[in-house]
This record gives sequence, structure tokens and C-alpha cells, in this order.
Amino acid sequence: MPPLSSSPPPAPLAAEARHPVTIVLNGRRRSGHAHPRLLLSDFLRHELGAHGTHVGCEHGVCGACTVRIDGVASRACLTLAVQADGRRIDTVEGLADGNGGRMTALQEAFRRHHALQCGFCTAGILMSLSDYLDRNPKPTEEELRDMLSGHLCRCTGYAGIVRAVMDVTGGTAASQAHQPAEADHV
Amino acid sequence: MKPAPFDYLRPATLTEALAALAAGGDEARVIAGGQSLMPMLNMRLVQPRLLIDLGRLEELRTLTAEDGWLTVGAAVTQGQVLARPTLAQEVPLLAAALPWVGHFQTRNRGTLCGSVAHADPSAETPLCLVATGGEVVLRNAWRRRSVPAADFFLGPLTTVKAADEIVECVRFPLAKPGSGHAFREVSMRHGDFAIVACAATVDGGQATLAVGGVADRPSRRSWPLVDGGLPADLDEALNAFAWDLGGDDDQHATARYRRDLVRRIGRTVLEEALSCRR
Amino acid sequence: MTATETVEPRADRRTSHPAAHPAAAAIEASGPLVGRAMPRVEDAALLTGVARYADDLPVKPGTLHAAVLRSPHAHAELLGIDAAAALELPGVAAVVTGEDAKRFASPFLVGIRAPMEHWCLAVDRVRHVGEPVAVVLADSRYLAEDALDRIQVRYRPLPPVTSIRQALDPASEPLHPAVGANLINSRGFLYGDPDAAFARAARTVTVEVEYPRNSCTPMECFVVLADYDAAEDAFEVLSNFSGPFAVHPVMARALKVPASRLRLKTPPHSGGSFGNKQAVFPYVVMMGLCARVAGRPVKWVEDRLEHLMAATSATARRMRIEAAVEPDGRVLALRMEQTEDCGAYLRAPEPASLYRNHGNLTGAYDIQNLALTNRIVVTNKTPTGLNRGFGGGQLYYGLERLMNRVAAELGLDPLDVIRRNLVAADAMPYRTASGGTLDSGDYRATLEQAVREGALDALKERRGRMRAQGRLYGIGYAAVVEPSISNMGYITTVLTAEERRKAGPKNGAQATASVAVDPTGGVSVTVASAPQGQGHRTVLAQVVADVFGLRLEDIRVNTDLDTGKDAWSIASGNYSSRFAGAVAGAAQVAATRLRGRMAALVAGQLNCRAEDVRFAGGKVFSDPNPDNALSFSRVAAAGHWSPGTLPDGQEAALRETAFWTPEPLKAPTDADHINSSACYGFIFDFCGVEIDRATGALRIDRYVTMHDAGRLLNPLLVEGQILGGFAHAVGTALYEEYAYGEDGRFLSGSFADYLVPTACEVPVPVILHRESPSPVTPLGAKGVGEGNCMSTPVCLANAVADALSGIAGELPSLPLTPAKLAALVHPPEPPRPRGATAPRGTTADAGPAAPAAVPGGRGLTGEGSREVPATPEQVWAILLDPKELAALLPGCEALDLAGPNAYRAEVVVGIGPVRGRYTAEVALSDLDPPNALTLTGSGSSSLGSGSGTGHVTLERTAEGTRVTYRYSASVGGKVAAVGGRMLDSASRLLIGQFFEKLVARAGGTPAAADPSPLPVRLLHRLLRLLRIHR
Repeated sequence: MPPLSSSPPPAPLAAEARHPVTIVLNGRRRSGHAHPRLLLSDFLRHELGAHGTHVGCEHGVCGACTVRIDGVASRACLTLAVQADGRRIDTVEGLADGNGGRMTALQEAFRRHHALQCGFCTAGILMSLSDYLDRNPKPTEEELRDMLSGHLCRCTGYAGIVRAVMDVTGGTAASQAHQPAEADHV
Repeated sequence: MKPAPFDYLRPATLTEALAALAAGGDEARVIAGGQSLMPMLNMRLVQPRLLIDLGRLEELRTLTAEDGWLTVGAAVTQGQVLARPTLAQEVPLLAAALPWVGHFQTRNRGTLCGSVAHADPSAETPLCLVATGGEVVLRNAWRRRSVPAADFFLGPLTTVKAADEIVECVRFPLAKPGSGHAFREVSMRHGDFAIVACAATVDGGQATLAVGGVADRPSRRSWPLVDGGLPADLDEALNAFAWDLGGDDDQHATARYRRDLVRRIGRTVLEEALSCRR
Repeated sequence: MTATETVEPRADRRTSHPAAHPAAAAIEASGPLVGRAMPRVEDAALLTGVARYADDLPVKPGTLHAAVLRSPHAHAELLGIDAAAALELPGVAAVVTGEDAKRFASPFLVGIRAPMEHWCLAVDRVRHVGEPVAVVLADSRYLAEDALDRIQVRYRPLPPVTSIRQALDPASEPLHPAVGANLINSRGFLYGDPDAAFARAARTVTVEVEYPRNSCTPMECFVVLADYDAAEDAFEVLSNFSGPFAVHPVMARALKVPASRLRLKTPPHSGGSFGNKQAVFPYVVMMGLCARVAGRPVKWVEDRLEHLMAATSATARRMRIEAAVEPDGRVLALRMEQTEDCGAYLRAPEPASLYRNHGNLTGAYDIQNLALTNRIVVTNKTPTGLNRGFGGGQLYYGLERLMNRVAAELGLDPLDVIRRNLVAADAMPYRTASGGTLDSGDYRATLEQAVREGALDALKERRGRMRAQGRLYGIGYAAVVEPSISNMGYITTVLTAEERRKAGPKNGAQATASVAVDPTGGVSVTVASAPQGQGHRTVLAQVVADVFGLRLEDIRVNTDLDTGKDAWSIASGNYSSRFAGAVAGAAQVAATRLRGRMAALVAGQLNCRAEDVRFAGGKVFSDPNPDNALSFSRVAAAGHWSPGTLPDGQEAALRETAFWTPEPLKAPTDADHINSSACYGFIFDFCGVEIDRATGALRIDRYVTMHDAGRLLNPLLVEGQILGGFAHAVGTALYEEYAYGEDGRFLSGSFADYLVPTACEVPVPVILHRESPSPVTPLGAKGVGEGNCMSTPVCLANAVADALSGIAGELPSLPLTPAKLAALVHPPEPPRPRGATAPRGTTADAGPAAPAAVPGGRGLTGEGSREVPATPEQVWAILLDPKELAALLPGCEALDLAGPNAYRAEVVVGIGPVRGRYTAEVALSDLDPPNALTLTGSGSSSLGSGSGTGHVTLERTAEGTRVTYRYSASVGGKVAAVGGRMLDSASRLLIGQFFEKLVARAGGTPAAADPSPLPVRLLHRLLRLLRIHR
């Protein structure tokens, strides 16, 4: 076992101060400041103005705030802004960027299949799907519903969402619908 | 619903982390995936002075199957373990149980060690650790110690881990050839906390049933096989186990229902484990 | 046997409906747009993250952020609020309390005559967990929440009233002492001659049911931005309020300004409501008050814990219905008793939940004799309000369980009983006993179509095969009428005719729409419908485009509402399924009028009569001579650029506002007849469910829902409404409940406790349609979004009753959880074996911690005993010594004498990392030295309140003393709301700790004393843990 270091522990980021945080948001470097306790969801929305990510429960259940952190779908409300420092964050605003400014095939399918009503949960679902379908491009409906169970939607009964995804993954457009995998997941 | 203020430390090394934890004492909490801790911080149920982030420590990314153990470091996520192609051979119970842990999105960040340290009585990972006879490796700035899972959990959110220790890794014994394993869970919705979770192992003439969600910690009991089969008085034995576990009423289920499930699902998983021996 | 025998694969099943192929809906195809399954114009913004919800809108510089301090108690006197420590925090601008409310605001108007004061912030008393007590205004939400933890509130708890039964008990503690009782209103109604019918009926059949509390919980919580202009004495508020705007005058009055000085705006997008966002209105007043007190703009965003705990709820209802029936199942008369739990206050527009269905109390059935008693009670729970299905789920749960019971008791097929009682097609429009006018439909034919197209016969065969295998399988039915477009007068049915005469008549349901044509030929539509995601903009564009012969994209629809500028009425808003029938209808009326004006403008130029001018394909032309056409934009330009060239007397304004109200909506008659809604759709559902014998889990095997909602304006959106309502209903039936402990503590405070169904729990129903246009609405459309919240819960319950027929009689109340169903299915529990607790040293690695909880209730209670190696006198001396007591109490830092055997203690209590600092009152009473005493304690912290009572008896034994204890504890506030699963074991841990320490103090070794004590190491760990604190 290594002995206890004789040097004092490194200084933490102080609770009272705002600290610089830099992320790569949808491919662009963006900087802001955050107290250590600031949630990534609040940092994105209110510090950087990226309000496409929504906040529905702030305890990790509803999934509305799901973003990709270094490619991996994660709850922004269960992540501190300071934890995201130096990371790549992808949000719903960037989906079309990766598709030449047009909505992706998945977004288009959501529209065709009425997979959204109030739209509040939609951003999180799209971000989960963009990670998930990179890993599992042709899920069965059961697998898809299992993944979707990490999101609450109160409007659609999920039927249109399932239809939209199955439509896209069953067709040839699926491969163009999503950004290439850059996730560091195993 | 915002966390109370805290200092935040992202140490460069484990040594730094442990030194900070030693200095911070009971006022410091470590965070890795944060899928249990962050909700409690947001709700202000937990208000540490210092948060020490283990999430980027390479030293804690161990995920190996060696010397009869699957070792999972503190920074390894549930998703990473679940994606391990050999998991079903190595620790079949874990392979069966991990899909029940939260959801895809939370498994992407949540860690096994974090779940063990959190010690929710209904959580699947502590149950698997107890069921398989695994161990928890604790480490502070001075020493490392290994605690059998059965001794680690003391009650709801309560373990033997001292304030200056982290769960450095958890270790699951690799399944022995000829052993059988089965896992079932009853919950209100997919991904919810278990009302009852049952994990069974049949190995070397012994059948073991571990139960989560009923008592205030995962608990297990073993019976010798009789002529290669389950004991004839298994129903009585399960009834005794169920009553010993007790269980509580909450808004979703009664204690009696929980005991019923121990008797019924307990038998089912034991039979499954017996019949799927390889 | 597989599910595909009767249930086609999901993808195929959907193709029978045009909506299943939205992609095929060719927008450019000729013909009207109304009636086509069209994707929505709203979606592009929502899918790309540029939509602007309330919390996305900019705030004024200097805006303060609000956090609300809420009561942890169900019922308590409010003795005092000390905010000094909160105000000391940097960044905190103000703390607003009920004292400020009394200075600047008024209590809300109440819908019945009763001396019941409801303020936006508690005054004198709190009446439900989560009731707002104070508001902190600070530079950020984070800082505001820091300050909340520093506010000290002193309460004196009162006995809580937590059930309808208890509220009806005259001895229950009155919530509103001036009212005197918790039964606050009771009215009897008599229609036809029920007594005669009962006298001549072959028999009577009775059901008694209770419907639980729940709500549709939109994904977006409440948001309010408020500013006060002192110079003008006017408020400007932006909020995701969804209406009804009848509540606007209630808000204005509470703020003590005329309605013209409360300018209320709604954001461009809203994250769902399902009625719930009606309940933001008390916070509009609260934030208006805060802005006035602070002199700065304020912003409040409700968080999910606040929403679940205290936003709103559907009413709980107890129903008893007695039916006079003929041997063939024909129902001659009903005696109905409804008792409605409206929570702590009767909040506007309650008691609407109870009266919304007054005109359709007999559902889809021809029953002309009805005796009704309606009672309203208050309880120590969140006030109720609008919620999808509004009162319908409650009503039909009773009525359709009754019809099912009629069949069961008479040995008839439940479907035949429904058939025999349905209103006949030739009776349409049908006047119900209570005064409703069922406007259109052929209910019997609709039912038969559903039976046929939904393949009921195959489902029955499937049930037979399943049952032959010993499986628990049942089929359920429900037939309901779905009211839409509420009569603004129906709520006054709660008043007597005399009271109504004094108050003046109330009726109608005015919808407003404005249509304007701009100089370039663009058309804009403005409505006061406050959409919450339903797609109003798309449907309005379809409707108006058809009127003008334009394309969908030529129409721009604005659904933001500004009460300072837009046309609105008290009936405006998003509720009672009024959009398709009333709002879209009003838009058509406005557009048609404007088209008429344009036709008159252009007729001269086209050399034709105005009535011959046609609008199609972007052109305006004369019907007899279509080649002589002008472009629509040219005609539009003329209206703006050359008004001087118009014929005399012609108004040039290319803007038209229509106010449309349904003709049949009159005020209640003196005999209490009321047509409570403008139109009534018909729904017939049936389903097959299976109950797992081992777990009690219910699986919906097949669900068929048939709707006649009049003319369908956009089938894709109609389907979306049905699917969404169905999902809510599945939640209501199987998962969701706002649960309370008997002590009034709230138990469903997070989305891990309040269980919203996910994609794994909601199956896809088979949706069938029939279209009987409403004669009442301009487009023939009726509401459709709420119906399944009315029909589905009881349809599923009826299926469960069928599955359990012969096994269980009465059904448990909703939600039908696995635990409840298993309790019906499982045989009696085998008894605890003698000496079940495994002796130490066996292979039982971990036993449970004693003491055992007492099963059967939601109260935290337990009991246990310990053997102590000391005499009762010695133990007594320890308990009575303050120093010793301080050492025994978990986490006690200080214990000061406050009176004889009474102490004030500072304790830090919790489990694991969850800890709260409590200032507790501790007392010893019922002293019987050295035999017995009672130990009580109570306190509160930012985690919530806690109290407990322990009865301790000391009994001399050979080894020393047997200490026996019984305790009951009560935990309120946040920790109870989100930690319900672990409260029992946590209480046990702490109580066990107390007695372990007592044993240790008395010189014992705990491990030897009890069969299963807490491990010694746990004691040491806890002692250390609990004494180390901030």
C-alpha cells in the first residue's frame, strides 16, 4: 500500500466561487462559469442558453434532460457542470447539424408518426436513441421498449415513438440518421 | 430542488483522493457515477462539505476476471460490465441481474461499487454480491481491507465502510463449472426498485437463495441438496426464511406480499438454478 | 398458445387506420385538409430544440428567483415563522409569508357558500403536506433553497383527516373551524320517480367503490414570471397556465386588482397539462404578491417534488349506487351517492369535478329515474383540480362496475346488460334524466361494430382456452359517453335554485378566434385555446386553409395568449375537450365571415355576385367564370391598400374575431336540470387481461377501444389523443396513486414513488372509429382526448373481476397493484414456524433487525423487547436521568430541561449519509416507577417533521429486567415523501439503537440478550456516525 502522501491534498474547487467550465457543445467549444454544485442541466440551459435540453424531475427518473456526454447518453440533472468540464456534450440542438442542417431521419420519423405531442420529453428521448442506435442499430421492439423505459412521456403512450424508431431502423435511412459513434463506452 | 453548496475535488490520483477523504472525514462524500448520490444531493437529503470525484481515476477502471474472481473497480459502470461479452459465463447472476438495474441511461453512468456503497436494501448489485459470496474491497489512505459481502451490509444505507474509506472494487467469485444460477425480480414497473428480488445458486451440493427487497439488507440462506435435488421440505424452509426476513408494508406492497414472493419466486429460482447447471 | 392468436402484431394492427400511414397523407393532394391525417406544423421546433417553453424565455434584469417553503405537516397550527437567519444569507432579497398575503392580497373565491379562507400562503394554519408557508426570493434558485433551510417555523400539530370516511365523521377535527365540519356541502337531486321504479323492480343491485387520488403529471412543471408595476397598480405575469380563464378573475380578485390590471400571458409552448396546469393559478397570485413585496420581477419554476406533493390531484370519490333492475338486466332507476374528497381547500373551479358530468350521470344508458346525493368533504390532502377525464373516471368507475355487477348477480352476459340499456339511436338527441342532451350517435350499432371489428368472439375463445389451462383470464367491458365543451353554468348546480337566482345565471361556453389576412395574402389565426401539446396550430391551419382555399403553410397560427391584447372569455383555455368542437369551430366561423367580406370586396371586380365568389387553389374567382381569377394575395392587398375604392358601407378590415357559444348550453333549471356539456361522444371498450398467479401482476393482453367523437378533423392527432389518454388510464388503473399515511404524511414524492407507466407498461390498443357528426358544433367535431381516462380504468377493473370471478368478490380500490391482486389470489399465508428466527451459527448470514414492524398499516409502528442485566430500579434510574437520556437518544448533542420530565434536545438523526438536524421536544409521562413510562418526542428539520411515542414497560426477571416497548412514529415532509420504502427499517434502526444503548448502559452485552439484535459493530458504527456531524 502506498503511504499517506506527505503533501497536503490538492485544493478543491471552492463552493462559494464560480469556476470556468469549458465543454464542446455540439461540436463547438463553449465556456461558462459554474459553482461546483451547478447541475449540468442548469449550466446548459441558463449559462449557455442551450434550452433544448429540458428538466422534468431532477432526480434521474424522467429522462427529459438526457444528453450525450462523450457520446454516452446520460442524465444532465445527475451530472455537475464541473464534472463535464473538458467533455464533449451533444444535445438535441446539434442533431440536425450532423445532418447538413436538415432534421435527421429519426426526427423526421418522429414527425410522421406523431411520436411527440407537447415535446417536452422528446429531446431526451432523441439523445438516448442517438446513442443507443449507434450501439444497437436494429433493436427488436422489446429491446427498444426496454431502453425507452428510461424516459417518461405523458402524451403519446409511447406508441408513436416505437413506430417511428422501428420505421427508421427497418429502413435504409437508419445509417444516416445518427452521428458516428465516438462513445468511450465498452 | 438544487444541491446545497459543497467544495468539489477531482483528484488526479487515488492517493490524492484518499488523502482528501481522510482530511474531509465524515463531511466528505465520494462520487463516481452519481446515479444514487446525485438525486440525494439534489433533494438535499445529503449535504456534504466536500465532494470527491472518482469518476476519472484510471486506477479504478479495473475490470478483470483473474484467479477465480471478477474484479470491478469503482469507476466501472454497470453498462460497461453488462457489455462484457464473457459476463454470462463468468458471473451468470450478474449478467441476469444487471439489466434490472435502473435503465440504459443510468447504467451508462452508475457504478457497481457505488450501488454497493449506497446499500439500498432493494438494489440488485448488493444482492448479487451477497448471493455469490463476493467481497467488498475497502481502501483508505493507510490500508486496504476486504470484507465478505455478507458482513458488509448492515441496514438501509448503512454498511461497515468507514467514513475515510472508499469501495475500491467489488469482487464476484467466478461461477464454477457445474453450477447453476437464476435471478428473478418483481417490481412495479420495469427498472423500479425491487419489491422482491431472488437470486439462486446451486453449486457443489448446496442450494443458496439470496433475497433483496424484503429485509433491510440482502440476505441469503443455503440448504444442502438431497440426492441431487432440492430438499423435500423446501416449502417449509422457504416459509421460515420468508418470516425471518420479515419485510415491511409500503405504499406499493405489503410485507405479506413480499413474504409470499419469497416463498414462490424463491422456489422458482432455486428450481431454475438446479435445472440450468452446466 | 401465443398472443398472436387473437392479437395481430402491433405493426399490422395499426394499418387498418388511415393514421397508421401518416407518411402517405399527401399534403398536396386536392380536397379539403380537414379530415386528413396530417403531421403537425408544431413539430419542427419541438424536434430541433428551438421551441420556447416558459422556463426558456428571457427574464428581466434583476429578476429574483423564488423557492417555496412548504409544510411538512398534514394539519397544524402555524405559530410563528422566523426568517432572520434566511435573510442574513448573501443574495437573499426577501422572505414573503402569509402576513404579506394578508396585507396585499385576498383569499381566493370559493365555489360554495362557506366561510372557508384559502390564501396563496398559509395564514394561521396549514392543512396539507406541501402547503406553501413562505417564499424566499434570492439571486438564484440555489441560493433561495439555501435560505429555505434556515427558516424556522413553529407548528402545533393537529389531528389529520386522511380519508373520506374520517371526514364524514362529525367528530373529526374540522379543517376550517368556521365551517364547523369537514362535510362542507351536501345536495340532493331527484329526477323522475326512482322510488316507484324501485318498488316495481324485480330486484336491486348495489356497488360501493372508492376512487383514489392521482394526477396526469405533465412532464413540464409549473412556471410563473411575475412583475408588478406600482405606478399602474398592475401585474404582468407569464405562466404556463392552461385555463379555464374563468379563474383569471379569481386571480385578479386575490391580487386586489380589476382583471384588466392582471395581464396574463402564456408561452409559445407548454410541456403538457392534461388539466393540471389550471392549478398554477394560486402561484400566479403568490408570485404577483412576491413581486409586489420585493419590488422586483420574480421567477418561480416548480420542481418535481413540489409538483407531486402539492400541485394538484384528481378528486378521490366514494360512490354507492343502487340499481332497480328487471330480470333481463334492464335498469329502471338509480340511487346514487357520491362523496367527493376535494382536499384541504375547495379551490376554483371545484367542486367542478363532481358536477362536470351532472348531465350524463346515467352514462350511455336510458335510465330516466335518478335519485342523487352529492357530498363534498375536505381532507388534509392537496387541493384537487382539473385532470384529464375530470370526474368521468370517478363516475364511470362506479356506474360501469354497477352494470358489471348487475350481470353477475343476474347471471347475465355483461355485454347483454350493456346492450339492453343503451340509449337507442332513434332517441337522439336524447334528453337524460338530469338534463343533458346526448347530441348524436348510434350507440348500439357502434357497440356491435366494435364487437365485430375488435374480434370479441376470438377473445372469448382465447379466454376459454386460457382458463382451461388454469390461468386467470378475464374480459371486461365499458360503455361511456364522453362529454366535451363544458357549460360554464354546470358548477352552479351545486347551489340551490334560490342561490342561483341571487347569483345570476351562468351558462354557455364562449370560444374565441381571430383570423386576419395580411397585405401579402398571409393568413394569421389567433385563438385563446392555450394548447399543451395537442396540435392546435395544425388543426386550425387545416380548418382555415380549407375556408380560404389555401395551402397549410399559408396559414400562420399563433396560440400564445395575452389577456391584455387578445380576444378571450372566461371559457377560454385548454380543458373539457373543447378545442375540436368549440375553438376550431370558432376559427371556422371567423374565417368564413372574413371570406364573406373578401368576397363582397372583390365581387365587383369579378363582375359577379358575392355569393358566387369562390376561394380555391390560392385563387379567388367567380363560380360561373373560373378563368376570371385573382390571386388571393391580390385580393388581400386591395383590402389593405385601397380601402377608399370600396363600395359604400363596406368594411375593409381584413380581420375578424368570432365569439361562438354552443346554443344548447343553458343555465340549470329550477328543477336542477343541466346540460353540462355541449356534446357527448360515445366510447365502447373491451379488453382481455391475465393475472399471474404467482406474482399477482396484471398483463393487458388485448385492448379494443371504439370511439364515436363526431367528425374527426385530423385522425393522426385523434389517434394521438386516444393513445395518450389510454396511457394515463393504464397508470390510473394499475400504477399511480397519491398515497398518504394514516398520519397524513405524503408518500409519493418522487417519480420513483409515483409510478408513471413507461414504454414497457403501456400496450398499444386497437383503436376503432365511427363518425356521427355533432349537430351542435360548427365542424361536427366532439372532444376525444379524455374518453379513455373515463372508460379504461373501469374496463380493466371489470376484466379483473371477470378473471377473479369465483375467487374474489369485491375488488380492491385502484390502482390494482400486484400486491393487491395477489392478496385475492394467494391462499392464506402459512403461519410463522415456531422458532423461525434462525439460531446464530447457521448458514443464515444476515437476519433481520429486530424489532418487528406491525403489519397491516401505513403507520410506523413496532414493538420489541430486550433482556437487561440490571434491576428495574436501575433501568428506571437511567431513563429518568437527563444525562443518561441524552446518551441514549440517537444523535443527541444537547438536552436541556424544559419542565418537569420535559426536555429540549438538539439531535442529528438519520441513516447512512442522510441526516437532519432536529430541535426536538422530548418528554417522559405516565410515570409508574419502576414499571412503566411513556417517552414522546417530536421535532422538525429541513428534511421534514418527526414525532414518536414509545411505551416502555420494565419487568423483573431472573437475569434482571425485561424491557418491552411499543412505539408509533410519524415522519412527515420530504423524507417521508421520497423515502417511504425505507422509513420502517430506518425507524427500527434508530429505535433499536436507543434500546441497544440502554442495554449497554445497564451493563449488558447486547449480543447475548436477544435472538437477533443489531450487530455490535452496527452500534459502534452508528454511535460514531451519528455523533460526528456538522
